[in-house]
Amino acid sequence: MAIRKHTYRNLDWTLIICYLILVFFGWLNIFSVLHGDKTSILGIFDFTQKYGMHLVWIIISLTVAFLIIRVLPANFWQGIAWPAYGGVILLLMATLVLGVSSHGSQSWIQIGGFRLQPAEFSKITTALALATVMSKYGFSIKNISDIAKVAGLLLLPMAIILLENETGSMLVYVGFLVVLYREGMSGWIITLGFLTVLEFILTIITSPYVAVSLGICIFLLVYFFRRDEYILGLIVVALSVVALVFIPKLLEIDAIAAINPLPAAAWLSIIAGGVVLFFIVRLTLRFPRLKFERNALIVLLCGILFVHSVQFFYNNVLQDHQRNRIDVFLGLVDDPKGVGYNLHQSMVAIGSGGLFGKGFMNGTQTSLGYVPEQETDFIFCTIGEEWGLLGALAVLVLYFVIISRLIILADKTKDTFTRVFGYSVAMCIAVHVVINIGMTIGLMPVIGIPLPYLSYGGSALLAFTTMLAIFIKLEFDSRKI
Amino acid sequence: MKFYLSRRNTILLVVFVIFVIIAVRLFTIQILDDQYSVTSENNALKYVTIYPARGRILDRNGETIVENKITYDIMVTPRQVSDFDTLAICEIFGLTPQFVRERFDSYSSNERKIGFGSMPFLKQVSSEQYNAFAEKAFLFPGFDAVARSARVYPVNAGGNLIGYVSEVDRDYIEKHPDYKPGDYAGKTGIERAYEHRLSGEKGYTVYYRDARGRIKGHYEDGAMDKEAIAGSDIVTTIDAELQSYGETLMRNKVGSVVAIEPSTGEILTLISSPGIDVSQLAEINKYYKEISENPYNPMFNRTVQSAQPPGSVFKLVNGLIGLQEGVLTRDTRYPCSRGYTNGKVHVGCHGHPSPINLPQSIAMSCNAYYCYVLRNIMDNRKYDNIEEAFEKWREYVCSFGFGHKLGSDVPYELGGNVPTVNTYNKLHGKGRWKSLSIISLSIGQGELGCTPLHLANLAATIANRGYYYVPHMIKGDEQYPLDSTYTVKNYTMVDPKYFPLIVEGMNQSVYGDGGTSHVAQVPGVNMCGKTGTAQNPHGDDHSVFICFAPKDNPKIAVAAYIENGGFGATWAAPIASLIVEKYLNGEIQRTELETRVKNGYLLNKVPVRRRRK
Repeated sequence: MAIRKHTYRNLDWTLIICYLILVFFGWLNIFSVLHGDKTSILGIFDFTQKYGMHLVWIIISLTVAFLIIRVLPANFWQGIAWPAYGGVILLLMATLVLGVSSHGSQSWIQIGGFRLQPAEFSKITTALALATVMSKYGFSIKNISDIAKVAGLLLLPMAIILLENETGSMLVYVGFLVVLYREGMSGWIITLGFLTVLEFILTIITSPYVAVSLGICIFLLVYFFRRDEYILGLIVVALSVVALVFIPKLLEIDAIAAINPLPAAAWLSIIAGGVVLFFIVRLTLRFPRLKFERNALIVLLCGILFVHSVQFFYNNVLQDHQRNRIDVFLGLVDDPKGVGYNLHQSMVAIGSGGLFGKGFMNGTQTSLGYVPEQETDFIFCTIGEEWGLLGALAVLVLYFVIISRLIILADKTKDTFTRVFGYSVAMCIAVHVVINIGMTIGLMPVIGIPLPYLSYGGSALLAFTTMLAIFIKLEFDSRKI
Repeated sequence: MKFYLSRRNTILLVVFVIFVIIAVRLFTIQILDDQYSVTSENNALKYVTIYPARGRILDRNGETIVENKITYDIMVTPRQVSDFDTLAICEIFGLTPQFVRERFDSYSSNERKIGFGSMPFLKQVSSEQYNAFAEKAFLFPGFDAVARSARVYPVNAGGNLIGYVSEVDRDYIEKHPDYKPGDYAGKTGIERAYEHRLSGEKGYTVYYRDARGRIKGHYEDGAMDKEAIAGSDIVTTIDAELQSYGETLMRNKVGSVVAIEPSTGEILTLISSPGIDVSQLAEINKYYKEISENPYNPMFNRTVQSAQPPGSVFKLVNGLIGLQEGVLTRDTRYPCSRGYTNGKVHVGCHGHPSPINLPQSIAMSCNAYYCYVLRNIMDNRKYDNIEEAFEKWREYVCSFGFGHKLGSDVPYELGGNVPTVNTYNKLHGKGRWKSLSIISLSIGQGELGCTPLHLANLAATIANRGYYYVPHMIKGDEQYPLDSTYTVKNYTMVDPKYFPLIVEGMNQSVYGDGGTSHVAQVPGVNMCGKTGTAQNPHGDDHSVFICFAPKDNPKIAVAAYIENGGFGATWAAPIASLIVEKYLNGEIQRTELETRVKNGYLLNKVPVRRRRK
């Protein structure tokens, strides 16, 4: 093997260039949103304005990134992981008590002239701590005490952030589950988690019948696909879907409806539940080796019960205002504070951009102030409106390059600390991007989290820059030998 | 088949799929779906409507009946309003703080709907109030004034005829998609009938604005603006002076007067009494309740909506039909001994010489004569049975314009009623009725319903000796030539050669021995007229009169229908003849008669009914 000279030329410049493009582009767009009566691009250096301040933050972030890459040693981070984690937890708690309220959540802390959002930095420290724990010799994701350690590590900051009413930042932690999956956790845990959420949402926004039907179809799909009977599986599922669509129609026939006191969902659940129970018992007694099939059936049974308990809980236990919060979150009702308005305006802004966009500083929707939070959480609207589909896709591609590059590089390295941290950074960015862009185009509920590198906001920019810089440094260092 | 994916690739795949979903969604809303770009235009641009001046309405002599004055609507954009001096604004417009508070309460309860839009705060303020406001406008951020033209009525006449203009409501907008809330439209009368010409075209100025509704400038330097096109003036066929005079005659009476120029079908005067006073028209909303609670129902345009039995004037029609059918000649004589008696049927008549011929029968309005005429028409051996004869008779009657809408441009015209074979089959049973059963038709009673417009049209038809033009209120001009409906001669089924006999009868009615219309003699004018006394189960008979003058080359045909006025000669004939005198002579010589008519008070004879639906 030829020994290459290991210099800073060998840093991962793909990541750095993508990062720099995004940051610069973000700055331009913040200016475009807020330019006001300024007609010249040179007005961007007005430091009394937010876009001027953003430049200051960019310089601070770049300086920090430079320090991380050129000055601090790579092993510094492993050493500082626990103290930093503890420190940020303390900061989060302090924010709860001393913090400044903004937009209904108490997540800011005032230090001198700066306002910081500790929640942004908790992602870094949590990632570092997680990497430290998981890279310890003898760590196993199957070991109960290790699982408890990891769970505690993740749940503690989540709980505090939830108390701060920063639901969005808390959801980001879900990304860490993917990291655990990469490190050996069963994929079924994520799948089941995802299914649970899906069933919950389906039950509320459509009906328990749909939710139960979906459960049955997913079970059939999994059952046949596991036996590698793909075509048969698809046929069976297709037939089931047809049958399930017709059952409510059948029950509506007058003669049946007259003697039928139960809704369709109840009939379906009773019959399906009975069949499932029968097979569970039969498999347990006669074929004890078919454990997966049995467990899948148990999950299906639990799913049916879950759907009905969700419905009962939602209709009978929750009080009106709690129900309303869920409805608002799922977009079933218009938020009196105007979440529906925001979403509509946001989609109008993006949709009016067309293929090429209206041009830099020419957006009417964003620069005339129709879109709320336009320079922070809704910065993507400006991009969609002024740069069109091409600009929006370019941004998507840049993000995908960063995320996939992070994953590929992280996967390549032999150092578990670097790998876990790299995956954490990738998932953090991915979750932010998906939730934020998804929100602006109506695919996700409106959750206020920033778009990495593009949104106005010093804390987020600094935090995401720091994360990336640490990984670049770690990855660079791991190739040194 | 067995797929294998490393965990890394599974994660990459899932991320990739999610990004593809986002990209597809972006493609959908940015390229495929254009609703968003349309909405964005509405959002960012503010279209400020420029209301055009509504066209004036002129009478046949060029006198202005309706014109415009400038008033101002005070608009408010609730989102722009900051603290302001409530008392100052109350002082300017003479409001109570309570009113202002209620207005703002209603804005805040509709906050989401209003958004950044502006709402009317106060409508039609005078220019004095506007000036006072404009001086201090800087004190009231969010308030501004929009100029509007409001109607003024220089001639005190023709409230119902002109009709009113008011703000469009939701129903109206649904039927007329060009209109938007805040627009005005003619709702009745000429204003309604010629709305499309009077209203003009709205224009707009396009401004850039921001999310707070603040105007940021003129969009593309006004290249997108549209100027308002003022509505065109309308020249009507109405004689304002005559209309006004007629209304003074009709004061305190319930009924209608319609005058038509026979040679053109132009409506000279269209009076429904009691009517809406023009002083109330401009602010119809303010008076609406008062008007609609008036027991005599001024909203109801009797000239075209009140279909009632015509009484004896209908004898003219039966006479003409008899002549055409050959069952009657000038010299056919019938006896009358204070009425017509046949078995149990008795139709009374008044004392007059007997027997008499056709012109005399018209002049003296003999009931018995027309009982014979109708029976001869119905029992004509030409026809196999009475149903056939009746159908023929009905065809004749309808050819005079009865039983259907004439097609005039007076809004809400009714068709009236001419009975059919079915009417009597239902009433008596098929084959169980004969000419005697329908004898009241001979003298214009029974199941007949004619509007005063129908009767005026009858007078015009006879004046023209056999044809009529559909009555109309509008003069044609180069831009809008008259609709062909109004320029075609409509001949009746009766040969014009028979009409002079009837004209002679009408002339004798005014001048001959025993004529019932002597009161209608107008100095210097050769009048033709026919009285009618329509029996009325609800009270005194209705007084009816139709006439035209002069006998040769008639210039005016009039129908007067005075509810509960008694004999035709008592009220209807004097009123109609005064109209003729005014129109042809310009001034009234019969001042005594005029005074009697003007002082006549008949309202106490009119049974008060609840509002008609």
